[in-house]
Amino acid sequence: MILLTHQAFDPGEALTAFSRGRLETGAVASFLGLARGERGAATALELEDYPEFTLAAIEAMAAGASRRFGLQDVTIIHRLGAIAPGEAIVLVLTAAAHRRAAFEACDYLMDYLKSRAPLWKREHGPEGPRWIEPTPRDLADAARWDSNP
Amino acid sequence: MTRVLLFGRLSDVAGWRERVIDPPPASLAALRALIAEAWPDLGAALNGRGVQAAVDRALVRGDVVLTAGSEVAFLPPMSGG
Repeated sequence: MILLTHQAFDPGEALTAFSRGRLETGAVASFLGLARGERGAATALELEDYPEFTLAAIEAMAAGASRRFGLQDVTIIHRLGAIAPGEAIVLVLTAAAHRRAAFEACDYLMDYLKSRAPLWKREHGPEGPRWIEPTPRDLADAARWDSNP
Repeated sequence: MTRVLLFGRLSDVAGWRERVIDPPPASLAALRALIAEAWPDLGAALNGRGVQAAVDRALVRGDVVLTAGSEVAFLPPMSGG
């Protein structure tokens, strides 16, 4: 399930629902990204999507990750709009028979979301808003998976 | 008509997020030329590193023909998570 939402969500509830009733899943890996306050320098994050296009792109990436890592299931919940410090921005959940595939797929999906998913991120603070673009580290993280298909 | 959508910092540069261009330009290159003429700062930003274009919600490279009713989106470097 891929969900893009303007509403705050409860990551614990999502993990519980995702894990329920799995008789052949040995491993569920999760990554939860939170909005940082940057010691007062960031009062809010704002995420913008391109409706339908963004969802279709993330769905295609999740389907690719499922094939690549042999996942049994994947859930991505990503916030849109204004996000306060401490709130969850993104939750990635992966289910597999064994832990390595679940961990790696989770890592892969986050690297994709950080620099290749059609989302645009702006940080608001006392000095005004600024757009945040992928860092060289984000780009290098995503490129790791290109050279090791 | 052609609907033009801007995302991220591109909408700040232009001062708008969405515009309808009528009559529609015949190609993406013609649209870029029209934008560079009408909004020089945006025209320059569209040539910036990592800016991609999507026509009717599919990423495109280079020039493509636009049809009446095309939706063209300009996408600066993406960053979620």
